[in-house]
Amino acid sequence: MSANQWEAVIGLEIHTQLATKSKIFSGAPTAYGAAPNTQACAVDLGLPGVLPVLNKDTVYKAVMFGMAIEAEIAPYSVFARKNYFYPDLPKGYQISQMDLPIVGVGHLDIDVDGDTKRIHITRAHLEEDAGKSLHENFHGLSGIDLNRAGTPLLEIVSEPDMRSAKEAVAYMRKLHELVRYLGICDGNMQEGSFRCDANVSVRPKGQQAFGTRAEIKNINSFKFVEKAINHEIERQIELIEGGGKVIQETRLYDSVKDETRSMRSKEEANDYRYFPDPDLLPVAIDDAFKAQVKAALPELPDAKKLRFKTQYQLDNENAAILTSFRAMADYFEAVVQISGCDAKLCANWITGDLSAALNKADLDIGASPVNTRQLAGLLARISDGTISGKIAKQVFEELWLHPDANADQIIDAKGLKQITDTGAIEAIIDKIIADNPGQVEQYRSGKDKVFGFFVGQVMKEMQGKANPAEVNKMLVAKLKA
Amino acid sequence: MHTKTIKELAQGLRSREFSSVELTRHFLARTEQHKDLNAFVTVTEDLALQAAEAADVRIANGDTALLAGIPIAQKDIFCTLGVKTSCGSKMLDNFIAPYNATVVEKLNEAGAVMLGKLNMDEFAMGSSNENSYYGVVKNPWDKSAVSGGSSGGSAVAVAAKLAVCVTGTDTGGSIRQPAAFCGITGLKPTYGRVSRYGMVAYASSLDQGGPMARSAEDAAILLQAMAGFDEKDSTSVDHPVPDYTASLNQPLAGLKIGLPAEFFGTGLSHNIATDLANAINEYRRLGAEIIDLSMPTLKLAIPVYYVIASAECSSNLSRFDGVRYGYRCENPVDLTDLYTRSRGEGFGKEVKRRILMGTYALSAGYYDAYYLKAQKIRRLISDDFKNALAQVDVIMSPVTPTNAFGIGEKTTDPIQMYLEDLYTIAINLAGLPAISIPAGLSAAKEGGIAMPVGLQIIGNYFTETKLLNIAHQYQQVTDWHQRMPYGFE
Repeated sequence: MSANQWEAVIGLEIHTQLATKSKIFSGAPTAYGAAPNTQACAVDLGLPGVLPVLNKDTVYKAVMFGMAIEAEIAPYSVFARKNYFYPDLPKGYQISQMDLPIVGVGHLDIDVDGDTKRIHITRAHLEEDAGKSLHENFHGLSGIDLNRAGTPLLEIVSEPDMRSAKEAVAYMRKLHELVRYLGICDGNMQEGSFRCDANVSVRPKGQQAFGTRAEIKNINSFKFVEKAINHEIERQIELIEGGGKVIQETRLYDSVKDETRSMRSKEEANDYRYFPDPDLLPVAIDDAFKAQVKAALPELPDAKKLRFKTQYQLDNENAAILTSFRAMADYFEAVVQISGCDAKLCANWITGDLSAALNKADLDIGASPVNTRQLAGLLARISDGTISGKIAKQVFEELWLHPDANADQIIDAKGLKQITDTGAIEAIIDKIIADNPGQVEQYRSGKDKVFGFFVGQVMKEMQGKANPAEVNKMLVAKLKA
Repeated sequence: MHTKTIKELAQGLRSREFSSVELTRHFLARTEQHKDLNAFVTVTEDLALQAAEAADVRIANGDTALLAGIPIAQKDIFCTLGVKTSCGSKMLDNFIAPYNATVVEKLNEAGAVMLGKLNMDEFAMGSSNENSYYGVVKNPWDKSAVSGGSSGGSAVAVAAKLAVCVTGTDTGGSIRQPAAFCGITGLKPTYGRVSRYGMVAYASSLDQGGPMARSAEDAAILLQAMAGFDEKDSTSVDHPVPDYTASLNQPLAGLKIGLPAEFFGTGLSHNIATDLANAINEYRRLGAEIIDLSMPTLKLAIPVYYVIASAECSSNLSRFDGVRYGYRCENPVDLTDLYTRSRGEGFGKEVKRRILMGTYALSAGYYDAYYLKAQKIRRLISDDFKNALAQVDVIMSPVTPTNAFGIGEKTTDPIQMYLEDLYTIAINLAGLPAISIPAGLSAAKEGGIAMPVGLQIIGNYFTETKLLNIAHQYQQVTDWHQRMPYGFE
């Protein structure tokens, strides 16, 4: 069988770290990067006698997510203990949710190659993160940092609805965009705030039954997700075609060697002995709470995109880019409102020059040196003909360097105002025609191409400030005279 | 001084008859004198004297808190800042708690003077205090008999008058059974009444701290300081704490007492049955009406308890892994060796037995048959109590099937030991409050040493006030609670 007779089946489990001030079951702070074990209290250390107390903000954020994916919110969900021994797991169990997760079945729509596909989400549940083992050499021993222990996670489990690495990445990006939109997760993948495990299997096209799956652990960038899944699909196809069998196992992706390797098989898997945590009461969520969350829910990316297309007459691409981050969408709407300019002009500037400059400086739009008021001021001058689009780029560069300046100050100070005084333009044109009799002759004998030479000369003489349309009109008239 | 009630002592402290420092020294001396009972794991003499001095200042400044300056002791299951908290285990022999349990914090605030930490069965698993790393606790009524457990050190400290009153914890009878064996008053409150924060967990859904004292009145005063909602314990109940001493003197006329046939059948020693019949007659004289009940699910309590308690303990005790605190084996070769030897060497036999049972009960393929089924039966037991308590105000029963047995008598047969808790376990499964009070002194055999007999009074949720009232009324017309073992007067 050739590769295109196979079909991949992919499901993702994504761990999003909830952006709460304190941990899920203790009052210790969650900030990243503190010195080891300085953000772990008695509860996080699993001292004898300590008890967990649920941080209500995690429930609020989980419910927000559930509503955003139109999922059922469990009226009653239960924390369970997942029992296993590991040095960075202080209690010898992780508090998670098993039979009764807080968020039930929902969905997320992704766009792949212009088509929309619905990916179903099986569930999302709250749990605590573990600490970290540090295998640097501490006098021949391993160290343990429990700062991360107890950090709240929302684990989002998809159905095996994806059929290619590309779809998996599209889903992951969409989810990444959504959790940041909701403000429930900072999305920082380097710091592990958004982590992905992928379940991958292959089957002959047309076959209903799923093949045996392998789980690839901890793939922490969009690029690696795509590579790891593609690699795993290839590995499985080769294995089956070579007469082998895929075994159910957990594999680890090695981004350096670009390969996955076996971590543990199903037989070696732990029996986690889940049971309801007797230290915590079930989480009860009533309609009033849901209504409160719903009222505070921001406009979601899909709805916003649709609105941008109708309200601002934007094309699909611009609408998609502008709504991919809430901050960018807000920036755009502010610029349109302040400037009163054509929305397309605003959109083009934000997705064009501004985005390019931000990318180059590696900045988020929230940290843009050019604020909405400044950009709006600049775009207003393009709209009213004070400056050309080309001059505007120059002004923009100045604004970028001088965050306290406004466009008008720069236009004035640099004398960039477009010259529409026909007398001044006429005088220059006359001078150029007089100075270049040869070219005038050529033009008049039918060599239209020389026209560009005249335009260039006039603009050069006027330092780009002449209104190009006016220059064209007058040149034609003079040359034909 | 050591025979006085809390109220009498509080009065004596305020009339300058004695100071808290003098009182504390007196009890410390008794503790030293009766060291052979092995009631204490740690005596905190210096801290006690400091606390007593502070209490004397408080009292001089007009503080009226009844427990101010009163020498008490804590079961070694409660974490105490800067003091070893061993939980009766080699595993925590080196563990100095870096924080106070809520109960400890509350008693400190009340001005009580902690004399030390009390011996107990390892991790509160046991009914005889023979499972302690620190050795067996002797019963002052007969030093060859057990104290009961797991709060054996607590019961003995009160019975031998080494402390005025003490804390205990009760998961399946660990306050009530040693209280009965030692002839003192012990109350297991409603689950959620006393904070579990800082109390080393055995079986989280059953564990409950409570007072152990010489009388219902003293127990009421101690409970007053221990009870209350704690935001650090999600299972503690935000329910107002009543004044437990306010209605101690309420008459009992019209009280309906239920006697479940299942609690008075085979297995109950003849001498205990006789003593309890007398006690119940006493209640009749006080105006109570006696109603016979049948509670068919009670016989299921022991197997259900050992599935649920073991399951929870197998998980609760996972944190003792030799990594962060507690016992760590010498020179581990790798992680597995560190775990297996630290736990293998640090835990005692009974603890290991329950961890294994619990691990099995929660394993894939057995969970439904054991844990889930046990939880369903637990609900039936609760329903059985609910129905019974709809017909009567309280239920009375024995606390133990026999008198305190001999040290070493039941250690070879864990099942026999588990049957000790026949009458107490169901109450924990239902989460109800129950009190054990002295109701006789008798020998099982002709010519044997007369040992204390306990009566259990079980009430509905949050009826501690009623239970204390019923116990107090009995103690107004009987003197079993005032009897003292020979040599400890």
